[in-house]
Amino acid sequence: MAAKNPKKNNSASGISILTVTGLDQVGIIAKISAAMTKNMINIVDVNQKIMEEHFVMTMACDLTNATVSIKDIQASLARIADKMDLRITFQHEDLFKAMHRV
Amino acid sequence: MRISVEEVFETVQMTMDQNFDIRTVTLGINLKDCMSRNANEFNKAVEERIVKMGTRLNKYADSIEAKYGVPITNRRISITPASLLLEPLPKTISTVVRFAKTLDRAAKKANIDFIGGFGAMIQKGMTSSDENMLRALPTALAQTNRVCSFLNLGTTLAGINMTAVERVGHLLKDLASRSPNGIGCAKIVVFANAPEDNPFMAGAHHGVGEPDYSLNVGISGPGVVRAVVSKNPDCDLTELSEVIKRTVFKITRAGELIGREMAKLMDVDFGIIDISLASTTAIGDSVAEIIEAMGVTQMGRPGSTAALALLIDAVKKGGAMASGNVGGLSGTFIPVSEDMGMIKAVEDGSLNIEKLEALTSVCSVGLDMFAVPGDTPAHVLSAIIADELAIGMANNKTTGVRVIPAPGKKVGDIVHFGGLLGSATIMAIHQDASPAFINRKGRIPAPIKALRN
Repeated sequence: MAAKNPKKNNSASGISILTVTGLDQVGIIAKISAAMTKNMINIVDVNQKIMEEHFVMTMACDLTNATVSIKDIQASLARIADKMDLRITFQHEDLFKAMHRV
Repeated sequence: MRISVEEVFETVQMTMDQNFDIRTVTLGINLKDCMSRNANEFNKAVEERIVKMGTRLNKYADSIEAKYGVPITNRRISITPASLLLEPLPKTISTVVRFAKTLDRAAKKANIDFIGGFGAMIQKGMTSSDENMLRALPTALAQTNRVCSFLNLGTTLAGINMTAVERVGHLLKDLASRSPNGIGCAKIVVFANAPEDNPFMAGAHHGVGEPDYSLNVGISGPGVVRAVVSKNPDCDLTELSEVIKRTVFKITRAGELIGREMAKLMDVDFGIIDISLASTTAIGDSVAEIIEAMGVTQMGRPGSTAALALLIDAVKKGGAMASGNVGGLSGTFIPVSEDMGMIKAVEDGSLNIEKLEALTSVCSVGLDMFAVPGDTPAHVLSAIIADELAIGMANNKTTGVRVIPAPGKKVGDIVHFGGLLGSATIMAIHQDASPAFINRKGRIPAPIKALRN
């Protein structure tokens, strides 16, 4: 787990994994990156491919300097998901580590 | 090693499509230090503690839910068995009802939907406080909404308290008559070998061997297991068991992570993780459908007990490898009204009460949320309970009964309980059972396997 930053909401620290699935269209990465930039979230890794006409992406996001809470980030992602008809999830990396690494 | 895209999407799919959730985080609260001969002081101290801790429980559960994107469906509280707490106070019905109302009010203030532990450990005998609790329970439960009750009527070490079992038959009839469709009976579970750290309602309580606070987590995920069983239609049963184990391992690890972090944030002890597969009425979130995906044509038909035994064993093994703190009931729930596959099996005539009882000899919790005709005599209810508790006592396992004698309903009628409690077809039961046996009362002695020293 990342070092605690006492100034921030404890739930908004460390790396979270964002996933996007849906029909490929113009501007998916642009919209999501803009939301991350606005909230001072650093994108540290991206994996993206098109499977048939589906857009599939995972993005690792560092929340160490984030200026908003996880709930606010999720709300802004939900707005993008809604507008572009995508499915977006945003979950802390520790969950994946616990489930897939011993 | 970084998490691969496939692994990421496996987890995402579990939470988004297969109803994987943390079914409950239940905070066990010791209230023994609130005991007093002054009822005002006692009720005040209890209310303050529950409101304070319940509010914190909700706050932290919300933040963890957001962080991990895994729903924490229920946040609940269990307390020290209430009849013990009421020992110093006058043995009147009003004392018990007042305490129930205090718990109800505190839970409402803290936005906790159910608070458990309003019951007694009476497997061997009853104190005057326990007797008073039994007298007052129907009124106390009828006048509150969030209070859940349990009674431990038997253990492998003590046998079965049949005097209490006889009384519970009448208690359930009384309670059913006070609520629409007898739904009040959904708030009480009677047990053999009740675990002290079970996080699931209605039967949760905070045992006397527990610390001041204990955070217990109940994870679920029948949908996840059903999906993985469906994906493996051709493998043999040994391999199927492996596949289930691996899946349960993953969801237990997620539960352990979340439980530990919750306990740390709340600054309380992490108790246990209960790995029970608990169905809901949501599509696909059904234990019966796992059994059917394994190859049984319908739950309740021949083959069901063997399939359930395999499932429950694989669940336990996967869970035990994932966490050193597996406890509570841990296994598989088969509540009739809360599982779409179970409801359908009863409707179609594949599942009757005798087969349900056989299934409970290998599952974790017993005869749960099934409805019988409203005019079923009290002694028949007592006999159903005695049979089920005997399975628990003799096999050194937990069994429980949550039966709804639905007033005015006949065999084949459907009763709707609403919400998570679902709906149930009234099951046929012999109306003439064992009145002379039940009326003997006394105690069924502990089985010989209790003499292990």
